[in-house]
Amino acid sequence: MEEITQILKDLDWSPLYISLKTGVVATFISFFLGIFAARKVVKATPGKKAVIDGILTLPMVLPPTVAGFFLLLLFSRRRPLGEFLFDEFGFKVVQTWLGCVIAATVIAFPLMYRNARAAMEQIDMNLVYAGRTLGMSDTKIFWKIIVPTAGPGIASGTILTFARALGEYGATSMLAGNIPGKTGTISQKIAMVIQDGDYLTAGIWVAIVMVIAFLVIFLMNLISGNRMKHIGRW
Amino acid sequence: MAVTVEIRRKLDNFLLDISFHSDSRRIGILGASGCGKSMTLKSIAGIALPDEGRIKVEGRTLFDKDQKINLKPQKRNVGYLFQNYALFPTMTVEKNIAAGLKGSKQEKEERVREMARKFRLQGLEKRLPGQLSGGQQQRVALARIMAYEPDVILLDEPFSALDMYLKDQLQRELTEMLADYEGTVIMVSHNRDEVYRFSEELLVIDQGKVAVSGETKEIFRDPVSREAALLTGCKNFSKARRIDEHTVEAEDWGVILTTERKIPEYTKYIGYRAHDFIPVWSGSRAETPDSIVESRPGMLKFDLESSAELPFEKNYYIRAKTTVCWFVQREKAYQLEERGMPDHLAFDEEKLLFLK
Repeated sequence: MEEITQILKDLDWSPLYISLKTGVVATFISFFLGIFAARKVVKATPGKKAVIDGILTLPMVLPPTVAGFFLLLLFSRRRPLGEFLFDEFGFKVVQTWLGCVIAATVIAFPLMYRNARAAMEQIDMNLVYAGRTLGMSDTKIFWKIIVPTAGPGIASGTILTFARALGEYGATSMLAGNIPGKTGTISQKIAMVIQDGDYLTAGIWVAIVMVIAFLVIFLMNLISGNRMKHIGRW
Repeated sequence: MAVTVEIRRKLDNFLLDISFHSDSRRIGILGASGCGKSMTLKSIAGIALPDEGRIKVEGRTLFDKDQKINLKPQKRNVGYLFQNYALFPTMTVEKNIAAGLKGSKQEKEERVREMARKFRLQGLEKRLPGQLSGGQQQRVALARIMAYEPDVILLDEPFSALDMYLKDQLQRELTEMLADYEGTVIMVSHNRDEVYRFSEELLVIDQGKVAVSGETKEIFRDPVSREAALLTGCKNFSKARRIDEHTVEAEDWGVILTTERKIPEYTKYIGYRAHDFIPVWSGSRAETPDSIVESRPGMLKFDLESSAELPFEKNYYIRAKTTVCWFVQREKAYQLEERGMPDHLAFDEEKLLFLK
């Protein structure tokens, strides 16, 4: 017990901040990108739909290290895009926190997109038609009718996205590396201390992650449960 | 007040080809499920696109393929009442009503209050659609449409999902609420009672084509086409062979009918409504000695195949080449049972339908 309090006292909390920050930012980006992509795909013709959907879902199906590999190919400063970003805007992706965000976003995005899309496809087309005949613009219909009606699906997509982004390991370690205080996320911290045989510290981080994960899901369910009163209880 | 529709569109298993013009304020479209009547309404509202043709409402062209005009549904000023009302489930009643309104917040609020008053929705403003009864939902949907002041209101099978009791109540309410609406209302339904009750002018659609159109009561009296007769509820049909201007043979019933009025030359079928037969007794049970005739040429021999009892009437099915239905109201059925079944069924000439 004393050992635990000692470890907690000396604990470097930076992995928690970095993970939370990464998770929040990646979820925020995925939220809008995912809904946007879902809208585009729902409106697309069947052929286009299949192709775009395949590409957008790929990061979820591939091993994260493969995604990491492609991200490195893209953003490495020895590559055109990475070079361009650095020269023009001073953006450095590899071995930076920006890399953490990009890796987490790419991996977690399909969860948001798929859930949003499934929820939107369930919507009664008459709602859209009704909106149109009432003179509402398509943008207004989307944000005022579709998104709220697809609310439960979008909410669960958001939860999953956040959970996935929070725990991202493979692509992050390749693109952003594990620089303590900069890109060292909780999952990377756990892997690192396990390699040192420090099961106690690892256990503490595992407990922290579990508490966060549970809290987030609990909170989201509470919020969505209140806002989705129109959906019947089984 | 005028609606002109001329549209063609290829559907899965037939070609929709509808054209009509009406100056009536209450138009009914009657047709079986999947005959293209909903597609016609959707084309007027602009949520379905015809392959060709034109649509004009109140002098405004909404769609004209040749002139490349296709107004967006947002610009058509057409109200559409969906069968399931399509209320926005996450919006409260007042937000639903305000959904399509333009103008300042104050103007909108004023309009919503006015509509809530008119459609008796006071006290329900903060409720979600899921917390309302079917009748209340219909009123919200109508209020939402009326708030927007459309030139035309389209009713798409508004009552078909309701049970009998509620149906009658909502039909009364709808009629009442549309009473002071100045614009045109078009109602689509597969239910003859609904359209008869509601519309002044009627369009009967069969397999994507207009089978017959005209004044509603006139169509029910003389449907002209077999499809229209069927949709207006006529149960008995027979192939007809026109012998001369006043004689016709109903082949499937095995009777030859002579009439005072002229039989139209187009007559291919004869229709007769199941309620219109006149029972005739012969022999000792006859009412007058005149009717002691064993077999009259213009009568159907009463050869009972089966019968069915309903709450308010009794149905008899009479054997012929094609089974003939005779529906009798309850009180009359009691009398029949006392007196015994008739020997023949006679036709009332006035009620014979000569059909194409």
